[in-house]
This record gives sequence, C-alpha cells and structure tokens, in this order.
Amino acid sequence: MFDPAILFSSTLNGLTTGAVYALIALGLTLIYGVLHIINFAHGACLMVALYAVYFLKERLGIDPYMALPVVMAGMFVFGYGLQRIVINRAGHGKDENILLATLGISIVLENLALLFFKSDTRSIDTAYSLSTVAIGPAMIAVPKLVAFAGALVASALLFWLIGRTDLGRAIRAVAKEQEGAKLMGIDVDHVYAMSFGIGLACLGAAACFLLPAYYVNPQVGGGFVLVAFTIVVLGGMGSFVGALTGGFLVGVVESLGGLYLGESLGQIGIFAIFIGVVLFRPQGMFGSKA
Amino acid sequence: MSRLVCQGQGARQLAGIALFAVAVASLPLATTSGATLNFVMMALYATLIAQAWNILGGFGGQFSFGHALFFGTGAYIQAIAQIQGGINPWLALPLAVAGSAAVGLFVGALCFRYGLKGSYFALVTLAFAEAFRIVALSVPFTGGGVGLMVPLRESIANMQFATRAGSLWLVLGFVVTALLVTWWLRHGRFGAYLQAVRDNEDAARAVGVNPFRIKLAAIGISGAFMGAAGAFYVQVFQYIDPAIAYGSVTSVEALVAAIVGGMGTLWGPVLGAVVLHVLADLTRNLFGELPGINMVIYGTVLVLIVIFLPRGIAGIGLSVRQLWAGSGAGEARSKSDRQRKST
Repeated sequence: MFDPAILFSSTLNGLTTGAVYALIALGLTLIYGVLHIINFAHGACLMVALYAVYFLKERLGIDPYMALPVVMAGMFVFGYGLQRIVINRAGHGKDENILLATLGISIVLENLALLFFKSDTRSIDTAYSLSTVAIGPAMIAVPKLVAFAGALVASALLFWLIGRTDLGRAIRAVAKEQEGAKLMGIDVDHVYAMSFGIGLACLGAAACFLLPAYYVNPQVGGGFVLVAFTIVVLGGMGSFVGALTGGFLVGVVESLGGLYLGESLGQIGIFAIFIGVVLFRPQGMFGSKA
Repeated sequence: MSRLVCQGQGARQLAGIALFAVAVASLPLATTSGATLNFVMMALYATLIAQAWNILGGFGGQFSFGHALFFGTGAYIQAIAQIQGGINPWLALPLAVAGSAAVGLFVGALCFRYGLKGSYFALVTLAFAEAFRIVALSVPFTGGGVGLMVPLRESIANMQFATRAGSLWLVLGFVVTALLVTWWLRHGRFGAYLQAVRDNEDAARAVGVNPFRIKLAAIGISGAFMGAAGAFYVQVFQYIDPAIAYGSVTSVEALVAAIVGGMGTLWGPVLGAVVLHVLADLTRNLFGELPGINMVIYGTVLVLIVIFLPRGIAGIGLSVRQLWAGSGAGEARSKSDRQRKST
C-alpha cells in the first residue's frame, strides 16, 4: 500500500516515540509493581513536568537537556510528598479508593494548570528543534533521536537502581513481601514514597526529552495516561522488560495506525489494544498472573 | 431487622421521595427567578447522572470512569434522530434511553464476561469513552468536531420549553424515576442480589445468584438513566460535540457527586450533587468565572472525601445514628452490612 521508504521512516518515528512512552510506562509500572496501585494521575504529573521544563526554558533560559537533573529532582520530591501526604492516607484497604484519590489529584492538577496557564498550547524553540538527520531513506528529527537515546539510558539507569542498589533491593523486597520486609527493618512507607518519587522522576526525564519536539497544554497528560496504561498492561503489570517492549510496540502501532487511518482515527488502535489485552490477556506479554 | 420494620422504613422513604418531588415541582410557582430555577435545574441534572452512576458504582461496586460513554450516546441519538431522522423529540427520547442502555449492555457483557473488576473495569470504561469520542470526531453523521446544533423551535410538543420551569419539571421527572428505581434496589430482590454480588461475588454465586446477569442488568439500567441525561442535555442546550458528549467532565461529575454524597444510598447522590453545585456557585461568586475552577473544587473534594469520609456525607448521619443507638447493635454488624443498611 505504501512505499517501503515511508513505512521505514514511519516505523523509525514510532520507535523514537515509543522510547519516551516506555520511560513514562516504566514509572507507572514501578509504582504499580511496588505499591500495587494504579496511578491515574500519571499523565497529569507528566503535564506538570512538561510545564516545569517549559518555564525553565522560557523564564530562565535553561535548555531542556540541561534542566534534566533539576526537573527529575523536583518531580521526585513532588512524588515523595504526594504519596506520603495524600495517597498513603486514602487507601483504607481498598484499591478503588487509591484510584479515586489519584483521579482526584489528576483533576486538580489539570485544572490548576488550566486556571493559571490557560488552555494555550505552548512549545519551545531551540536551536535543534527543527534539525533532522538522515537514517537510510528516513529523515528523523534530532530531538527525537536524543529522546530515543536518552530514554534508553534512563531506563538502563532505572534497571541498575532497582537491580543493584540497596534501595532497589528494599523496593523489590517490599514489592514481593511487604510484611516480611517490615520485619527485616525496612521502613515500608518510606520505600512506597521513594518508589512513587522515582516513578515521577522518570516522568521528569521523559518531559525533558519530549518537549523540544512536542508541546504542552493542561490536557496533554490525558493522551499519555491511556497510552501508558496500555503499555503497562500489554507488558504485564509490574514488568520492566514488558514496559520497555510495550512502549516500542505501542509507539510503532500508533505511528503506523496514523499512517493508514489518519491522525485522529489512528489513536483508536491504542484503545483497541488496551481493551483487547485487558479482556483477553490481562497478564500481558510477560506477566505471569494478573 | 424484622420484615415489619423494613416495610416501615421503605414506606417512609417512599413518602420522602413524594415530598421531594412535590417540593421541587412547586418551586417554579414560588419563584420566577431565572437564576434560582437554573441552579435547581442544573443540580437536578447532576443528581440524575450521580444516581445513574450510583446504581452501578454504589450498589453494584463497579466503578466506572467512563460514564460519559452512555451520556454521549444518549445525547447523540437524541440529536441525530431529530436532525437527520425528523423524529419528534418525545419519540427520540425512548430511542436515546434504549440506545444508551444497549451500549451499557454491550460494554458490560464484554467486561463482566471476562471478569473485569476494580481498577481494570474503571480503565476499560474510560478507554471505551475515549474510543467513542474519537469515532464521533471522525464519522460524518455526528458533525465531527463542529458538533450538532438542534434547531430552536420552542414548544412543549417539541420538548423545548419557553421557561426554565418546563426543563426543570422534565429533569425532575427523570430524577424521581431514578429515585424510585434506587428505592426498589434498596428494598427489592434484585437490589439485594446486586449488593450481595458487590460485597462478595463468590458467596453470592454460592447461594445461586448469577453475578454476570445481575451486573449486566445494573449497567443497563445505569446506562439508560445516563442516556436520559444526555437527551435532556441536548434538549436544553441544543448543542452537542464529541468533547461534551464523551469527554471526562460528565464521567467525573457523576462519580464525584455520588461518592461525595454517599455510595449505595438513596439520598447520597442528591446530597452530593447539591453540595457540589453550591460549592461551585460560591466560588463563582467569590472569584468570578474562571476556567477549570469548578473541577479544581470537585477534585479537591473527591480527594478529601476519600481520605476522611470514605462513606460520603450520608455516612456522617449514619455514624451519628449508630452512636445514638449505642455500640451494641453497631458492633455486631459487619462494616459492609452497615453500609448497606444506610439510608
């Protein structure tokens, strides 16, 4: 139907978007894997990070890539506080309550942004925003390539953090056996909040990679939230490898779907995957049990 | 609790519904203030969607994040039947209600057939609403992003009322019907099954209740009322577009009002809708018309209620009554049991 060159460049574009999706989904899956809660506010938190990157660039002239450590640290603190002060108290032993609390948080964040920043869509101008590189027959925007590499590096760092450090060991212990971890002297509430903070720090990194080639408005998170959930259920809830693979897959599906069905109808593919996976294979590709 | 006491309580609640209906219906006779009537009408509309959500979420324990799915379907059927089908709005209304119920049955059949519950159910309903929104943007008969405008032809035969009073009575009719259905859920056999499935699906199955069919019926009824709300919206505002129809605002308003008031109760959604609208009105008077301020308040109230009053405002009265009755009777019952017996 299409020229192979167009297919190739579309797939490549999908892979670069997919890398950022994967980073966003990694944060979500970490929070799910450890706290066993669904962070519905994930998209809204990404929106907060995107605004942070935007204002750092516009007001202070800090390049998005330079802002990376600041935004990540800020998002970490934000997540730590959010979990400790709000979400931890909302559970009352029921998953639905956490979901409702995070829904409430996302409504508040999105509409505060609407209140203060208006519904304008904003983007930033950088020297490299419009430059492209040729890969074979395809032209790829430089920010997208940086995003691709950056998301992979950030994911590798997250793997190292979870797999090789004491904090990662504590996180895995709490995820597997909360009571046992408590008996071993692990401060479970602290680990919960750390996990939530790290999950949001992933969003901070994703925002820095995203904005040079993207935009921000108060509703921007809504689009990402279902994409991230799709990736996470596709990869298996709580699975890191699954989130990474799922991210690439969804990025490519979205890109090719847009090519064949047009920009707006192309998104249907993602919802179709989400509904299909949840209904027919809730354990995902790599999960053992839902 | 003896059968006699149950009947007494049921009769009292029926009398309460009748009193509510008469009191609200006679409001337009007492005042002609457009602002007041408008406020009451919008509060009733919020009550209607909250009650619709409550049937599935409160009594059935299935939390939907995408109730706009049914609202939007009802609204579009009502608009399209008139504009493209030339059908009288009074005849379009049953179509809208039936269509929304059918969408509810379809989504419910898919979700409950595969045992979806909790957070997964919430997310899948949201995904369906989003998918419908995108379809509504892309297909020709919805008018795409431009939306559909229902021509203004004021007459009772056309379900377009010259005064707010007519619209108020119309939505009051829906609300009272929803209250009666809720009353039936609290006192009838089907409601008992539904609450049994909510509290413990396996136990309910063990005593011979078919959870699939019960939940399916609940989502169908819930969808039907949501469809009526959508049809009402189109008749009053004469306009619908994909963002209004399938956007998250309606889904959020329905669930927040029901949860704030008290899930699984008769008067909770009424209470929640009124409280939210009073709060929204107060802030409008304090800060003026600001975009998003209503939703900031709704979200904040939702978080606070989930943290501090998980049983909603109706739960306060209940706790007080239990304290009054003494601890003996209260402690003997399980928590969920107490929730079920709330007003």
